[in-house]
Amino acid sequence: MDGEVILARLSERLGAGGVLDTPTYRGDHTAIVSRAVLAEALGFCRDDPALRFDMLIDVTAVDYVRFPGREDGPRFDVVYHLYSVEHNHRLRLKVAVEQDDAWVPTASALWPIANWLEREVWDMFGIRFEGHPDLRRLLLYEEFVGHPLRKDYPINRRQPLIGPKV
Amino acid sequence: MGVGSFFTSKLDEAIGWARKYSIFQYPFVTACCGMEYMATACSHYDIDRFGAGLPRFSPRQADVLFVVGTISHKMAPVLKRIYDQMCEPKWVVAFGVCTCTGGFYDNYATVQGIDTILPVDVYIPGCPPRPESVIDGLMKLQDKIAAGTQRF
Repeated sequence: MDGEVILARLSERLGAGGVLDTPTYRGDHTAIVSRAVLAEALGFCRDDPALRFDMLIDVTAVDYVRFPGREDGPRFDVVYHLYSVEHNHRLRLKVAVEQDDAWVPTASALWPIANWLEREVWDMFGIRFEGHPDLRRLLLYEEFVGHPLRKDYPINRRQPLIGPKV
Repeated sequence: MGVGSFFTSKLDEAIGWARKYSIFQYPFVTACCGMEYMATACSHYDIDRFGAGLPRFSPRQADVLFVVGTISHKMAPVLKRIYDQMCEPKWVVAFGVCTCTGGFYDNYATVQGIDTILPVDVYIPGCPPRPESVIDGLMKLQDKIAAGTQRF
């Protein structure tokens, strides 16, 4: 399905308050949705027969602190990349979250892979996923303090060395 | 110096000479330096000429720990445990710049030199070190083994 049609279908379902913007860049189609409708948007993308995004390619995040033009705006974007094996089309979903209110609903009930992808985002950015069954760090160790892919994490901060577990 | 100390210093020398030509190394390979370690170990450069031809993949049978490649903080306890399992006498070689200092991985995930967790005997810098410098480091380790006071 053509990307414009996908975006139109999603906007029609969620309304103007749900889909905030639909930018398109070099053939990549993105829907910027509000957090309130994110769970509905993801479920619709997966289950609608015309969309059928049966594969979650990636969940990641972007830290926009001190980013030109977004100094006051929401600090993080959580980004979902979806792919439909059946229709061979793709979509990117973005949702903005504030620093003091950094959470989004989990997608782990829709796609099992979201479980680990969301744990990685929690590990690196400190964005919580509400309803996640097991939100622990994925790549780093439990004693690690902070979230290293945040832009304000000092590049040369040293963590205390962890000793062997006995 | 009496007869006794003359005898033990000569015995030291003999044991040191024997030990330096019977290095059983444990290659703790985590990254790209492993390629250069393999090149050194295989017939073209052939560390068997220096008596180090038989890597042991159990720390309990090894006496030199070759730490080959980047060590992350998450890997550090594993490395420490491997080291603790080795029997005395034991030596440690830091192979490659990542194990020596952390290298260019000046970041949150990487141990900035394994000497923060283990005592290191020989550092072999390079990214990765050429087999010639590995052999040079190995010979320096042999000198150190031979010259040291032997405990037996």
